[in-house]
Amino acid sequence: MASSRPRIFYFLAGFFALYVAFLYGPMLAIFVLSFQGPDGGLTFPMNGLSLHWFVKLFAGGGIVDIGAAMWRSLQLGLLVMSLTVVLSIAAGMAFRKHFAGASLLFYTAIASLIVPSIITSLGIALEFRLLDDFVHWLGFDDWTTGMGLYTSGLGAHLSWTLPFGLLIMFAIFNRFDSRLEEAARDLGATPWQSFRYVVLPIILPSVVGIGLFGFTLSWDELARSSQAIGAVNTLPLELQGLTTTVTKPDIYALGTITSAVSFIAIFAGLFAIQALQRRQSRRGSDAGSGLV
Amino acid sequence: MKSRLAPLVAWLQAGPMMLVFTLFFLLPLAFVVVVSFWDYNEYEMIPTFTTRGYADTFEGCLANLPGLCTILKTYLETLKLCFLVWLLTLLIGFTVAYFLAFHVHSKTWQIVLSLLCTIPFWTSNVIRMIAWIPLLGRNGLVNRGLLGLGAIDAPLEWLLFSEFAVVLALVHLFTFFMVVPIFNSMIRIDRRLVEAAYDAGATGWQTLWNVIIPLAKPGIVIGSIFVITIVMGDFITIGVMGGQQIASAGKIIEVRLNALQFPAAAANAVILLGVTFLIITALARLVDIRKEL
Repeated sequence: MASSRPRIFYFLAGFFALYVAFLYGPMLAIFVLSFQGPDGGLTFPMNGLSLHWFVKLFAGGGIVDIGAAMWRSLQLGLLVMSLTVVLSIAAGMAFRKHFAGASLLFYTAIASLIVPSIITSLGIALEFRLLDDFVHWLGFDDWTTGMGLYTSGLGAHLSWTLPFGLLIMFAIFNRFDSRLEEAARDLGATPWQSFRYVVLPIILPSVVGIGLFGFTLSWDELARSSQAIGAVNTLPLELQGLTTTVTKPDIYALGTITSAVSFIAIFAGLFAIQALQRRQSRRGSDAGSGLV
Repeated sequence: MKSRLAPLVAWLQAGPMMLVFTLFFLLPLAFVVVVSFWDYNEYEMIPTFTTRGYADTFEGCLANLPGLCTILKTYLETLKLCFLVWLLTLLIGFTVAYFLAFHVHSKTWQIVLSLLCTIPFWTSNVIRMIAWIPLLGRNGLVNRGLLGLGAIDAPLEWLLFSEFAVVLALVHLFTFFMVVPIFNSMIRIDRRLVEAAYDAGATGWQTLWNVIIPLAKPGIVIGSIFVITIVMGDFITIGVMGGQQIASAGKIIEVRLNALQFPAAAANAVILLGVTFLIITALARLVDIRKEL
């Protein structure tokens, strides 16, 4: 069949290959360069081969406490992921019924997605500063600040991940056959049973997708966190801080580790989605197939 | 009875998300607008009504009139950058989406290749910026290659920490936002329309221009909204790739914030919000977003 491909196919395939090389090439360069020897610099050629820069990164040695930042980002990421999944499913279910305020919620989500992150971040920072002032005014003098990783930081991340979660739910339910739920109801299922045993198993692969977006977007979030994270930094903020000061491959080593976590999350997510889809097709009913 | 309960259940289900958006998006936006009309000194904001934040921002705009003041110049620069990145991401994104939608016939390959485009989106933007250093730096691969070929005598200095680097990195990071909606629109185009155009004697270009592009328009518009709003508000890519030397609409806000001039930062944020809003409403007239999911 390949011979029947028009010439334009080969042109477009070549273009696509170049695009993929453009996407991945630079990243591969820093992964490779992070494994240099102690004399390594920021550019090619490689100067030896070792784990020196990784060891140095975790030994502390002057620059920021990477281990702690990583742990914070991981915890926050997992929390953001869980909340994104739960809130998106709940809101997604709500949109299948008609309720007053549906359009308001939808357009708020879209706005939260496209309003420049620096504005949202500034707003959250102002909100918490005013809250602090208010608490002081009330007379609580030992109050330091309400701003922090799990208050303003968490909120900033959710304002970014929830729109993605909601849009994915929309995409799922636009393709969902609601007769399945009707059938469940006719058979006497309670609303919770029909959700738990009919709807959820069907949408589960996409729900994993929402989780994947939730975690990776939080793990790498920078713009919204920049003003709203409080006293301690997340990993991407530490990394951004390093871009102006570091002239050694430590920053590449940090980049490699950060990306490794992203890739683990991505492949775990994709693997889970595939396993769930296979399970679905295996367990799917073959009722009626003998009739045709 | 069930129908009376349904709206209540829906509110309970949608409530938590609405609460998060209220606390961490709508209220913050309101505070930005309010604080933009407050006064400030070196170390605190003062809640009295003033337009000082705006006045400071537009300082010298009337006095310099034949020439452009700083804020207008910065906005013009940002719009120029925006246009350039928009054009490049549109051309690249459209071509990639077109290939995936019309020339990859196997569903499995379509998924695999789409994932290949999506995976970098799930990794860190800062790392994808730093990743250009080994290639574009003074002693980077590109300069070495060109020196080795004898094409240049001295390393090119404008490859990194320059406007070129900023555009390159923005295109690198955000073409994805064009590919997805355009692909999503294209995949729904009825293939029989394309065949009909072919049967009626249209050339490939005519089909592209008169059939595919009009039908892919919603995707193009949505992708454009994403890319334009991201670039308008960007301060990180412009900071890192521009070596902290290039001004932009987002960067002004960051500079004011670093100086702890919150009302001035808020005034700039309101201006940026206004400009972005104008661009989006202009674009959104072209399409109904909600139908496109």
